[in-house]
Amino acid sequence: MPETVLNIMIGGEAGQGLVTIGQLLAKSLVRAGYFIVVTQSYQSRIRGGHNTYTIRVSPDEIQASQESVDLLVALDKQTIDLHQDEMSARGLIVVDEAFDRRGDNYVLVPYKQLSPERFSNIAGLGVLGVMLGLDGPLVATAMDEFFGKKNEEMVKQNSQVLAGSRAWAEALDQSLTRKLPAVTNPQKRLLLNGNEAIALGALSAGVKFLSFYPMSPATSIALTLAAKAEAMGLIVEQAEDEIAAINMALGASYAGATAMVSTSGGGFALMVEGVSLAAMTETPIVIVVAQRPGPATGLPTRTEQGDLEFVLHSGHGEFPKGIFAPGTVEQNFYLTRRAFELAEEYQGPMFVLTDQFMADSYRAVTPFEVADLPAVRPIELQILPKMDYRRYAITESGVSPRLLPGYTKHVIGADSDEHATDGHLTEDLAVRIQMQDKRYRKLTGLSAEVTPPEFRGDEHPDLLLVCWGTTRGAVHEAATRLKTEGRSVGTLHFSQVWPLVPEQFMNHLNGAKQVVAVEGNATGQFARLIRTTTGFHISRQILRYDGLPITPEYILKNLASV
Amino acid sequence: MVSFEGYGNYETAWCPGCGNHAILEALKKALVTAELLPYRVLIVSGIGQAAKSPHYLNVNFFNGLHGRALPAATGAKLANPDLNVIVESGDGCNYGEGGNHFLAAIRRNIDVTLLVHNNQVYGLTKGQASPTTAEGVVTKAQPAGVPSIPFNPVAVATAMQAGFVARGFSGKVDHLADLIVKAMAHPGFALVDIMQPCVSFNKVNTFAWYKQRCQPVSEDHDPANWEQAMKVAFTWGEQIPIGVIYHNQRPAFETHFSALKRGPLIKQPVNTTKLAGILESFA
Repeated sequence: MPETVLNIMIGGEAGQGLVTIGQLLAKSLVRAGYFIVVTQSYQSRIRGGHNTYTIRVSPDEIQASQESVDLLVALDKQTIDLHQDEMSARGLIVVDEAFDRRGDNYVLVPYKQLSPERFSNIAGLGVLGVMLGLDGPLVATAMDEFFGKKNEEMVKQNSQVLAGSRAWAEALDQSLTRKLPAVTNPQKRLLLNGNEAIALGALSAGVKFLSFYPMSPATSIALTLAAKAEAMGLIVEQAEDEIAAINMALGASYAGATAMVSTSGGGFALMVEGVSLAAMTETPIVIVVAQRPGPATGLPTRTEQGDLEFVLHSGHGEFPKGIFAPGTVEQNFYLTRRAFELAEEYQGPMFVLTDQFMADSYRAVTPFEVADLPAVRPIELQILPKMDYRRYAITESGVSPRLLPGYTKHVIGADSDEHATDGHLTEDLAVRIQMQDKRYRKLTGLSAEVTPPEFRGDEHPDLLLVCWGTTRGAVHEAATRLKTEGRSVGTLHFSQVWPLVPEQFMNHLNGAKQVVAVEGNATGQFARLIRTTTGFHISRQILRYDGLPITPEYILKNLASV
Repeated sequence: MVSFEGYGNYETAWCPGCGNHAILEALKKALVTAELLPYRVLIVSGIGQAAKSPHYLNVNFFNGLHGRALPAATGAKLANPDLNVIVESGDGCNYGEGGNHFLAAIRRNIDVTLLVHNNQVYGLTKGQASPTTAEGVVTKAQPAGVPSIPFNPVAVATAMQAGFVARGFSGKVDHLADLIVKAMAHPGFALVDIMQPCVSFNKVNTFAWYKQRCQPVSEDHDPANWEQAMKVAFTWGEQIPIGVIYHNQRPAFETHFSALKRGPLIKQPVNTTKLAGILESFA
C-alpha cells in the first residue's frame, strides 16, 4: 500500500455522532483536493450496537475500499476490541484517555477536558483534522455549514470545542500524526454517494415522478429527490406499499410523467407484477434496485450482489429489458440518465442495479456539466393526429408511436391483457403472435445500444478478472497491484449486464490464459449468465457474501486459492 | 359536441342480464350530462368482469393489474390533473386485492371517481366469495359457507371521512347516472358503490332481491352530517339505502403539490440552472 493512501475508520455506537465526524471530515478532505472512498458499515438499529464510517483517502485517484486500518478513531472500547487486529503496521488508535487503554500507537485524547460530552464528536473531528494536516478554517467552515441552521449557542460551542481540540492536537508528537501529502491546486469536486448520484442523474434526465416505499439501502434516493422536488418540479410520493409504488409510477408514465421507482430486493419482489405490466402496456419506467443480502429480510444494512438473476428474470411472460450496474459514482449518474433514455425510447422497464456499498459510498466526483445534458426525448404533445392512429402499431423495430392521453383527439388505450393494435383486449391468437414478436423485437434495438464492457490491461493476459457493478474499483486496484509485481493482468467490467452482446467481449475471454470472476454473491450469478449466453465457462470465481464489500485485499488473498 | 353515440357502441363479453350493461349505460349518460369529451376522460380499471368496461367505451383507458387500478389512477391524475379520471372495477378488485389502496386513496383524497361494480361474488373466476359476500353463503370455494363477515365499503369510507360516498343500484339507471355526475363533479376522492346482480353466479342477491331493498335515502338526510351518515352507512338488510350518503370539502390531494401549480408535469422542462445550483450544493 503506498504511504500516501490512508484508511481512517471511525467506530462507535449508533447515536454517538460518528457519521457527523465522518461527513465533515469527508467534506473537508474533498475540498482540500483529496480523493476518498467511504465505506459505511452499520447495524439495523438507531441507537447502540457497533457502526463504522471508514474514509480511505489519497491525493491520487482511488476507487476501492481497504480492509487494513491506518487510523482508528474509537468512540467506544468495543471499537478497539473489534478492530485492533485490522491495524496496519503504521496504524494509530485514537481513544478517550478515560478508556484506560495504552500502547505506543495510541493517541490518548482528554475528551472530558476538551468538550462537554455532547460535543465530544466535534473534539474528535478537531484532533483528526490536525493529525491529517488539514487547515483549521477548512474544517471549521464545513462544520459551520453543517450546523448552520441550528441554534446560535450550539454553533458557538461547537466552534470553541473545535478550536480547543485542535490546539491540543497541535502539540502531539510527530510520530502520532499522519499528515497527508498536500494537494497543490485542488480541483473542485462534489462529495456524492451512489444514491445521490442516481437521484441527480434522474433529475438531469427530467424525472417528474417517483413513488417509493422506504427500504434500506434504497431510501436515500427518494429522500434526495424529495428534498429537490419543489425546486425541480417533480412529485415524490411515499406509497402505501411497493405494489402501489410501481403501479402509481406506471399510471404517471402512461399520462406523460417521466417516472421511476426505487427499492431493494424484498420491495422489488412486491413490484414484480408491475414490471410485467410495464412490458405489456409498453410504458417507460426506470426501476432502481439497491441490493442487500437476502433471502427475505436478510442483512438489511449490508451489501451484496445477490439479486442479478432475480432482476434479470423478474416479471412473468417473455419481454425485453435492460439492466445497468454502475461501477462508480459517476456511472450512477450517467447510467441512470441512460436508463431513462432507453426506457423512453423502447417504452418499457429499464433497471439500475446497485447495492448498499455503493449507495452509501461517498466519493470525490468531478462536477457534471448539466447544461450540456439534455432531458430525455420529450414526447411531442401537439403531433397532428393521423386519422388512423394505432398505439400498438406493428413496426419493424417493435417500437410503436406513443401519444399521451388528453393531448390529442385520439383516445389512448393501455391493457394488461393481450391486445390488438388499438390497445383493446383480444383473444385472436394470430394477433397474439404478432404482438409478442413486436414487443420482443425491441431487444434487437436495445442490444445495438448496449454500453460495452470496459477492458483494461494486457491484450492477452495470463489472468483476466471479470466483474460487474460495484466491484469495479476493487478489481482495478487488485489488478494494478498485481501488475506492479510483474504479473500479466487484464480486467473486464460490465456496467450493463443485460442484454449481453458476446461480440463485445468474447475476444477478451478467449484471449486470456486464466479467467476469474469476482462477484459479491454466493453462487457466481454473472459467471453463470455469461455461460448461458455464450457457453464460456468461468469456473474460477472469487465470491463474497458476508455482507461486506469486495476489496483489493480480499481479491488478492483469494486469488491464491483459485 | 358530446353525445351518447360518441362514447361508442361495442359488443361486450358480458352475460345477458348482467348488471354491467346498465352500469355502462349509466356511465355513458353521466359523461354526456357532464359534457366531457372522450379524449379528456381516462378510465383506469383492474381485472374482473367490471374491469372490462373501458373496452366498451370510446375513452382513454389503462386496464392494469388486478387490485391496482387506484394506484395507477393516482399516478395518472398527478401526472396530468387536467384528465378526468375514473376507476371502474369490481368488489374483489377494489375491496379484496386492492384493499390497501382503497384505504390509501381515501386518505389521500385524490380527485378520482371510483365506481365499484359490487355484485357480492367473483364473476370472472366463476363464483367464489368476494369480500362483500354475506357470512354463511355457500359457494364451491366455501362449501361450508363463507366464514368471514362482509366488508362494508360505504361504512368504511364514511368512517374515514372520504370526500364523497354514495351507493347506487344498476336497476335504477337514471338515479345511478345522476350519482356518477355528482361524484365526478366532486373535487376529491368519490366512491360510488354500485349494487348489481350477477345472473350466473349469485343466486342469493338477485335482481329482485336488490330491487326490493334498494331505496333512496330519505329526503331529509344531510350528507354533510357525518354522524347521520354513519347511521345510514350501517343500514343494511331489508333496506339498502342508495344515494349520496356522505360528503365533505377536504382539499383534493393534488392541490398539495407545488409542482402541479405550474401545470401538468410533462409541460415543465428541466430547469438546468436550478439543477446546476443543486449540484453546486454538493461541492
